[in-house]
Amino acid sequence: MQDNKSNLLEHEVRAEIDRWVAKYPPEHKQSAVLSALHLAQDQNGGWISQDLLDAVADYLDMPRIAVYEVATFYTMFDLKPVGKHKIGLCTNISCQLQGSDKIADHLKTCLGVDFGCTTNDGQFTLREVECLGACRNGPVMHLDKTYHENLTPEKIDEILAAVEDQA
Amino acid sequence: MDKFNIEIDGKTIEADPGSMLIEAADNNGIHIPRFCYHKKLSVAANCRMCLVEVEKAPKPLPACATPVTAGMIVRTRSKKALEAQRAVMEFLLINHPLDCPICDQGGECELQDVAMGYGKDLSRYTEGKRTVKDKNIGPLISTEMTRCIQCTRCVRFGEEVAGFREMGGMNRGEHLEIGTYLDHNLQSEVSGNIIDLCPVGALTSKPFRFKARAWELQQRPSIAPHDALGSNINVHLRRGEVMRVVPRDNESINETWLSDRDRFAYTGLNSDDRLMQPMIKRKGVWETVDWSLALEQAAIGLKEIINLEGADELAALASTQSTLEELYLLQKIMRCLGSPHVDHRVRQIDFSCQDAMPLFPGLYQSIEQIEHADQILILGSNIHHDMPLLALRIRKAQVHGAKVHAINPLPFTYHFDVQHDCVCDPQDMIILLMGIAAALNISLGVEASISDTAKAIATDLQSGKRVTILLGVLVEHHPQSSLIRHLAKLIADQCLGQVGLLTEGPNAAGAWLAGMVPHRQAAGKKANKMGQDAAQLCETPKKGYVLFNLEPLDIGQTNVMQTLKAAKFVIALTSFKQADLLDVADVILPIAPFTETVGTFVNLTGLWQSFTAVSKPFGEVRPGWKVLRVLGNLLELPGFDYEDAFAIRDELKAQVDAFTPDAPAPLPAITKPSAQEGLVRVGHWPIYRGDPLVRRAQPLQDSGLNGSVAAFVHPALAVRLKLTVGQHVIVQQSHAHIQLPLQVDERLPMNVVYIPAGYSETAILADYAAVILGAAT
Repeated sequence: MQDNKSNLLEHEVRAEIDRWVAKYPPEHKQSAVLSALHLAQDQNGGWISQDLLDAVADYLDMPRIAVYEVATFYTMFDLKPVGKHKIGLCTNISCQLQGSDKIADHLKTCLGVDFGCTTNDGQFTLREVECLGACRNGPVMHLDKTYHENLTPEKIDEILAAVEDQA
Repeated sequence: MDKFNIEIDGKTIEADPGSMLIEAADNNGIHIPRFCYHKKLSVAANCRMCLVEVEKAPKPLPACATPVTAGMIVRTRSKKALEAQRAVMEFLLINHPLDCPICDQGGECELQDVAMGYGKDLSRYTEGKRTVKDKNIGPLISTEMTRCIQCTRCVRFGEEVAGFREMGGMNRGEHLEIGTYLDHNLQSEVSGNIIDLCPVGALTSKPFRFKARAWELQQRPSIAPHDALGSNINVHLRRGEVMRVVPRDNESINETWLSDRDRFAYTGLNSDDRLMQPMIKRKGVWETVDWSLALEQAAIGLKEIINLEGADELAALASTQSTLEELYLLQKIMRCLGSPHVDHRVRQIDFSCQDAMPLFPGLYQSIEQIEHADQILILGSNIHHDMPLLALRIRKAQVHGAKVHAINPLPFTYHFDVQHDCVCDPQDMIILLMGIAAALNISLGVEASISDTAKAIATDLQSGKRVTILLGVLVEHHPQSSLIRHLAKLIADQCLGQVGLLTEGPNAAGAWLAGMVPHRQAAGKKANKMGQDAAQLCETPKKGYVLFNLEPLDIGQTNVMQTLKAAKFVIALTSFKQADLLDVADVILPIAPFTETVGTFVNLTGLWQSFTAVSKPFGEVRPGWKVLRVLGNLLELPGFDYEDAFAIRDELKAQVDAFTPDAPAPLPAITKPSAQEGLVRVGHWPIYRGDPLVRRAQPLQDSGLNGSVAAFVHPALAVRLKLTVGQHVIVQQSHAHIQLPLQVDERLPMNVVYIPAGYSETAILADYAAVILGAAT
C-alpha cells in the first residue's frame, strides 16, 4: 500500500482543484487532471516534482501511472527543475518567414544558452516551441503566460530588461 | 437478436449481431492478422494490421473495430486488403529491429509470423531507427522496449483485467514509450500474463530468458499445484528439463490467464535443496542410502512403534499439495496399520464443525458463476494473493455492477472497488457478522448489537439476487472458524445466497475425498475409529509420525517442532531438504514434485483433474504413490498391488460414486464471542511462502510481494508501547519468544499484531494467539 500524498498539495491548490472537479460529473474526477497539474506546477515554481505528480493522482483517485501519462504527453508540464521564467519561441513556418531565426540567435546571445537550456543564474529557461497560434503577428514567443508578438531584437532587449528590473 | 449471414472470402458464415468482424472470422477459422486485438481485451484498433476490404466501403476497414452487418461482403485476401496489410507491416517494421536471431521471442513472435505472411522481404527504410531504453520492472519480466510496437495490450490488461494499472504510455508521437515511468517491480500478482500478451519480444519471461528456443520445446499439459482453482497449464520442456510454464486455455477455470505463482513456481524445481536420494539418520548423522534400505528402515520403524507402543501412537500429516492418489494411499496405510490419526488440516485450529462439513469443501457453484454474483462478501481472505484468478472473476462481477464487501482481521489491498472494507480484530469479525445476521432478522439465540456498518452490509446483501459469501483461509485458521461458518451460512440462506469455502493448496477437496481426515474415511464414510485432529496431534506428542509433503513451517500449530522432536520415529516424504525436517526426521524419502509424477487434484468446484508426469524424476526420486505402494507391500498390508496410479484413482472414484454420505451434521450452536483481551497475533502465509516449491522459486521471492518479515502494528499502538519503526522487538507468546523488526500500518486494528507465517523465523509463533511486544535490549 502506497502512502497517500494528497497533503503535499497546498490547501489553496486543493480548494482550486475542487472547483475544477465540481465542473465534471462526480464519477469523472479525473477530468480535472490538466488543471490540477497546472496548479501543482505553479505551486512548485514552474515544475512538477515526482511527489506532486503522485499527489495529484492520489487527490483525484487516479492510478499514478495515468497521471504520469498525461504529464509526459503535454509539453506545458516540466518534470525537472526549470528557470524562474520560461521563454518559448515559435520557430514554425509563419514565424520563420517573419524572421524568428534572427530572434532565436538574439535570444541565445543575450541569455548565453541554447534552446532547451537554463541560464546559469536560474532566471530563464529558453525553448523552441511549435506554433503558438498567433501567426499573423509573428515572430511570437511566450514569456511565462504572456505572449509577445511582432518581435524584434530591440523588443527582446526591452522584455528581458523589464524582467530583470522586476527581479 | 437472431444471427445473420455475412460473407468472408466467398464463404457464407453466421455472425452474432454486435460482434466484430474479426470475432466472426476467428469463430470460422478465417485468419486475419492482428497485433493489438485480443479477445479478452477492449478494442483499441491502433495497430491497423487487421485491415480488410469490405464491399461498398471506400477504404479498407480494421476488422477488430468493424461491427458485422447483415449481408456484409468481406475480402481478407483481396488485392486492396493485401496492399493495406503490407503497408501497415512496412510501417510497423520501420522502427522495429530486424535482428530476430538475437531476440528471445524469435520463433514464437507474432510480429515475425505476420511479417513472414504479410510483409515484404526487403526493407526500403535506410534511416536510423528509433531506440528506447529498457526498463527494469522486476525479477519476472524482461524488457527490450526498442522492440515494442505499442499495441498497448499490456496497458489494457492492467487496466481492464488485473484492475491495477502499472504500465502506461509515456510521452507522445515519435517519443511514445510503454513503461512504468518509475522503475519498480510490478506489484500485480498476475503480471506474467503480459508476457503472453506481448506480440513481440518487448516483454519476455526473465527466468526463461535465453534459455531455449520455442522450436526446441516440447509441450505437455498439466495442472497448476498452488491454489484450489487448479489452473490448466502447459509445461514446456527441452530434452526432458522443465523450461517454463504457460497457461492452457480453459474458459471455466483460468480462461486464458495464469497467476505468477503458477507460472514461475517451476523455478523452484531445480533448487539446490532438491533431494536426490533417500536418507536415513544413524546415531544423529544423516546417511545417503539406497531405496531398499530406506524403505526397510521406514517399515521397521513403523512396525516397532506398533509393536512397542500400539498403532494408536502413529499419526500421519499431509499437505494439500499432495495428489489424491498419494493422500488416499497414505490414509489407507495408516488405517490398515490401525491408526486413525490422519489429517491434512495442519493450519486449522477449530475443528468443532468437522462433522458439519459437506463431502468436500468448495465453492458449490461454478467459477464462472462468481462473475454473475451481484453481492459478494469476502470473509478472511487476501483474495488477490490467496486465489489470484478467482479475484479476477470477482473483479469482473464488480465491474458489471456487483457490490463487494470484505471483513478481514488484516488490511489487504483490492484491485476492485470494495463497498465496505472492514478490518477488525478476530472477535470483532464475529460481532460484525452477528450484527449483519441480526439486521437481517435472523434469530441467533444470543444478543447481537447492530452497528451502522452491519446494517449497511445487511441492506446491500438483502437487495442482492445472487449473493455469494466466500470464506477464506483466515476464517479457516480462525479459532472460531465454525461459528463464522455458521453465521455465514445463516446470512447466505436468508439472502438465498451461497457460501463458498476457499481452501488452501490445490487439493484440499481431494484430501477430504481421499479420507485424509481423522473422522471420515475415503469417500466421506464415517471413520470406524475416530482419530485425533491436526491440532491434537501436534499438541500431544505421538511416538511416530509420517509427514507427507510437509515442512514444519507449513504447519500452523503450536509446539509442532517440540512434538516432532519428542517423537521416537519420524518419516518425511518430501521433495526438498529443509533444516527443520533434517532436525526432526529419521528417514527422508525423496518424492517427486507435480512435474515428475502422475496424479489428480480435485479443485474447489469438485472437478477431478488428472495429470501425468511431464519429465523424469531427478536422481533417485520416485513418485509418492509408488513409494507408498511399496511401503504398503513391505508392511504386508492387503490391497496395495496397483498397476498404475489411475487404478488408485479409479478405486477411490468407484467408492465416491457408490457411496452416498449422510447429510452433514448441523453446525455448532451460536455462542457469544468474548471480547479480545490484550494483543493478538494474526498470521497469514504470504503469497509466495505457502508451500515448499514456491518458497524455493527465487524470482518470486525477489518480487517483493511477500512483504517483509516483521511485526506490524498500528502506529498508535507503537507509540503506546514506546516502540519505534525499525526497532527490534521481542515478540512473546506463552511458549516462545522471537525478535523481529517493528513495522507500522495504520490500517491495522489497534490490538492486532500481524506477523507473517511461512518463515523459519516466525514458525514457532502460534496463530490467532495472545502476544506481548516489548523492546529488545
